[in-house]
Amino acid sequence: MSQHNRLNQGGRIDRSRSLSFTFNGQRYQGFAGDTLASALLANGVDIVNRSFKYSRPRGIIAAGADEPSAIMQLGASEAAQVPNVRATQQALYDGLVARSTNGWPSVQRDVMSWVGRLGGHLMPPGFYYKTFMAPASMWMTYEKWIRKGAGLGRSPAASDPDIYDHLNQHCDVLVIGAGPAGLGAALSAARAGARVILCDEQEEMGGSLLDSRESLDDAPAADWVAKAVAELDAMESVTLLPRTTANGYHDHNFVTLHERRTEHLADTAAGAGREGEVRSRLHRVRAEQVVLASGAHERPLVYANNDVPGNMVAGAVSTYIRRYGVVPGQKLVLTTNNDHAYRAALDWQEAGRDVVAVVDSRANPDGELVQQARDSGIRVITGSAVMEGKGNQRVSGARVVAIDTPRFVVTGSIEELDCDTIASSGGYSPVVHLASHTGKRPQWRDDLLGFVPGEVKGMHYAGGVQGIYALDESLADGARAGAEAARAGGFEAAGAMTLPAAASRRESATEALYQVPHEKTSLRAPKQFVDFQNDVTAAAIELATREGFESIEHVKRYTALGFGTDQGKLGNINGMAIAARCLHRSIPEVGTTVFRPNYTPVTFGAIVGRHCRELFDPERYTALHQWHVENGAEFEDVGQWKRPWYFPQKRRADGQERLETMHEAVARECLAVRQGVGILDASTLGKIDIQGPDAREFLGRVYTNKWAKLAPGRVRYGVMCKDDGMVMDDGTTSCLGDNHFLMTTTTGGAASVLEWLELWHQTEWPELQVYFNSVTDHWATITVTGPEARKLFSEVTDIDLDREQFKFMDWREGRVAGVPARVFRISFTGELAFEINVQANYALHVWKTLFAHGEKYDLTPYGTETMHVLRAEKGLIIAGQDTDGSVTPEDLGMHWAVGYDKPFAWIGKRALNRPDTAREDRKQLVGLKPKDPKVVLEEGAQIVLDPDQAIPMTMMGHVTSSYYSPVLESGFALAVLKGGRKRMGETVYLPMSNGTTHEAEVVSTIFVDPKGERQNV
Amino acid sequence: MFYIFCPYCDERREEEEFHPSGQAHITRPADPENCSDEEWGDYLFFRDNPRGIHHELWVHRLGCRKFFNITRDTTTYEILETYPMGERPTVTAERAGVRQEQGVQTADGGWQTVGARPENSKLNEETPS
Repeated sequence: MSQHNRLNQGGRIDRSRSLSFTFNGQRYQGFAGDTLASALLANGVDIVNRSFKYSRPRGIIAAGADEPSAIMQLGASEAAQVPNVRATQQALYDGLVARSTNGWPSVQRDVMSWVGRLGGHLMPPGFYYKTFMAPASMWMTYEKWIRKGAGLGRSPAASDPDIYDHLNQHCDVLVIGAGPAGLGAALSAARAGARVILCDEQEEMGGSLLDSRESLDDAPAADWVAKAVAELDAMESVTLLPRTTANGYHDHNFVTLHERRTEHLADTAAGAGREGEVRSRLHRVRAEQVVLASGAHERPLVYANNDVPGNMVAGAVSTYIRRYGVVPGQKLVLTTNNDHAYRAALDWQEAGRDVVAVVDSRANPDGELVQQARDSGIRVITGSAVMEGKGNQRVSGARVVAIDTPRFVVTGSIEELDCDTIASSGGYSPVVHLASHTGKRPQWRDDLLGFVPGEVKGMHYAGGVQGIYALDESLADGARAGAEAARAGGFEAAGAMTLPAAASRRESATEALYQVPHEKTSLRAPKQFVDFQNDVTAAAIELATREGFESIEHVKRYTALGFGTDQGKLGNINGMAIAARCLHRSIPEVGTTVFRPNYTPVTFGAIVGRHCRELFDPERYTALHQWHVENGAEFEDVGQWKRPWYFPQKRRADGQERLETMHEAVARECLAVRQGVGILDASTLGKIDIQGPDAREFLGRVYTNKWAKLAPGRVRYGVMCKDDGMVMDDGTTSCLGDNHFLMTTTTGGAASVLEWLELWHQTEWPELQVYFNSVTDHWATITVTGPEARKLFSEVTDIDLDREQFKFMDWREGRVAGVPARVFRISFTGELAFEINVQANYALHVWKTLFAHGEKYDLTPYGTETMHVLRAEKGLIIAGQDTDGSVTPEDLGMHWAVGYDKPFAWIGKRALNRPDTAREDRKQLVGLKPKDPKVVLEEGAQIVLDPDQAIPMTMMGHVTSSYYSPVLESGFALAVLKGGRKRMGETVYLPMSNGTTHEAEVVSTIFVDPKGERQNV
Repeated sequence: MFYIFCPYCDERREEEEFHPSGQAHITRPADPENCSDEEWGDYLFFRDNPRGIHHELWVHRLGCRKFFNITRDTTTYEILETYPMGERPTVTAERAGVRQEQGVQTADGGWQTVGARPENSKLNEETPS
């Protein structure tokens, strides 16, 4: 099939560059400069999709972002699949592969359309909810088939080969839209000296000027566009962004722009010959001032069968003829309520094809364009409208009738016109989307029959977006808005801008017609579509209002009007007008819904940018990370840290070599620490350096225990509460000098504890002289622990390790493996332990030296899992695991760590005197020993006292930590249990979801070495 | 996303650098031991949730690490002023109109009304040594 709708001349296409593409498997030709839509129309492709709900055949209706139906799935390969692309916005390139997103087995013969045709009246709004309500459990099954039947494209199943970027931009004036108003605004702002970003969603800048019949300075309007763009391009302070859609307007003039850099060339950057280049960019623009020059969308009129292929909005007809050299049919009927739409008839006639009639709803239209049409011999039928389109797969005629618009009735007999295209225009709706993204409601203007944007701070409106449509006025309004925006940003223009001369036309007023009355009622007439993408009809809106949905927001949600990627571009105003008519209210009384970002769909690639794979979330490595990797560690994520979880070793069994399981590795590591010596990379522990004359006083206020007498060289364990008395974090703090302390925090709490300290210092006690700094990354921490720890450690340090000289909870400064170190005798395992802090860049040297000396002691590296088992065997808590923000130090049995007699009302003290925190039946930390030693209880399992009680059972607490202990040769757990400390020796039950119930004995939290002798040797 | 003027850094930065810490000007009872459970509960748990002008505590977490206050309109999300710790707001729900009368300095571009510099600069010094 050749391009039989293509004109021999005219348009902004390059006929010397033929491009080949496929649509639904069929090969077609187009030209450089085409969109996918214009190329399809040139080839006479009528049906491009099936509709969402009724599976009706749909053709191309519009020419830009307002296209509701021609939604395509693009991509030649699986990895390059992109759903949700409007054919009207996709530039044609050689080798483009497109498919309809809907229609099975094909758009020509769709099975579901029989459902739509037969069941159309049986599918009112809310159909799916009403029909598939029960049983609820089946909804997932129903939904799967409903979605297959509907469908708006699919995501690729293969990984995206392209890269995407985010750019942070700042400018004085961001101009959105490069039509006459936008170009005028950009020129006047840039000439005043402002830094300007001008973005436009189309392939070329110029907007409506690219297909305008108008002249500027007695030359085609496009010539002026070229001059204006060239001037802006030459200015260093101006950034031009074509193919860039402003999709979201956010608080404080933050605007997200989606720039497509290679999508007009191929379906991947590599395919476009731009291997390694960025496919698209998300510009995050912080603009001092924004000029919104987004223009207006033409509204179609709502009449019966207005969705059959061949029905188009009038302006789109002009665009295809003038910009792409494509006449999308042979015989045109234009139905309109305004003058501007007459351009479509004039363009059609000049292209050498038949204009059957212009049907104008107004009684006496007499504007210049109307006169021009009459002078060209075009039949103008007044006081009438197209009531119904004929045809199934393509328009075959139009039924025209005289109407009484205010009374909403037909008044005359029906005339049937033979045609294959019906262009309609119901007036213009300013594109207010961006202006309402932050919640500002648009305002109705009766004189414009449209909503204009509400006032948004820092945003200026230019041209069509505020209802200024005439070319000369739009240019002037743009220049004004640009100058105002520049002035608001501190830039004054030298003088008034000279504007190109444009003709000013006399127009007769537009009539307020939205839905054309039909001889039958809306419910009985053939479907009159309002929202084409969501298959919302006039009858559906009428029904919704009858069923009691009075708020437009409810009507929207009930009918799906303005949903999805369409965001009500074509249909919203018509829908509101119909709702208003049915509710006997005015449109401003009914009001409008709010538009949401994004204006058009943005690919996930652009949203994600570089924040994917290893850059999705920053990963933090300790100085010893590479060693862990080389020694086969399995890693665990702790916050952003990668910590060794366990170090599986090779094992020989039955003549075969295999890696240890986690259970085997952890058992081996645990026994090594309890019987020999183990080594742990504890560098991720939060470390906060605290200095100042009031540092000690400050510690006394934020910790629950006493700090007044801690001498240099000593270490103390401290518990930190919030002011509600609940434990927030814990750790040791060492006195480095009278005014100098080193606090450690949990790995996950490092940042929040530092912020907590700053909060109290800055807001409550600014009089205290104390300073905090994070030194987590500066110091690597290596723990050497186990009965053999002293022997090994003494080989590599000059510190006197005599047990009387260097006691438990002391710290010493000295050299370890020849480098300066701080060594702390604290223990998180219950064994003799030395925590060695060295500068992070010495860590690997120290670690390797310890291993060189450690071989004879069978020094064993262990990970976080073993650390957890060892600390739990000792009843040592982990804040955030054994506590959850509702646990007091008393609940944990840490009475010894609470200094009630401290003079200052430290954080949490007052709350610990509340009656609630003194209750005896609070959940208290206890140990649990399963009756069956093989059982390892589930963390989070609920505890009950009576396993035979009917559901809901009385829940008494839950398991917080649970492991298998190779030393005890049994599972064991920590748990919080109501009144737990008085229940020692009692049996409790843990019912599991699989129906089994575990039995456990309530025991002390300390399972190993209750007297704490092993760490004191 | 907010664009926030940090009164310590003296410039506007992206919201990503900041972290909100709830309602501003919550005073801890001076003598916690001797206040009633009700007073203590009010201090701990009860916060305003106004429609309109709200004073909030923020911290420049990924910047100077200083806490400061923001007066923000919760309906428009406009930030009306930012001011250091120890200062009182000039824009309040009761006196929302005052800022025009007093001609409080506005940040460049008219975006954000910035509180006057602290009257008592000592409050904001890092080292009252």
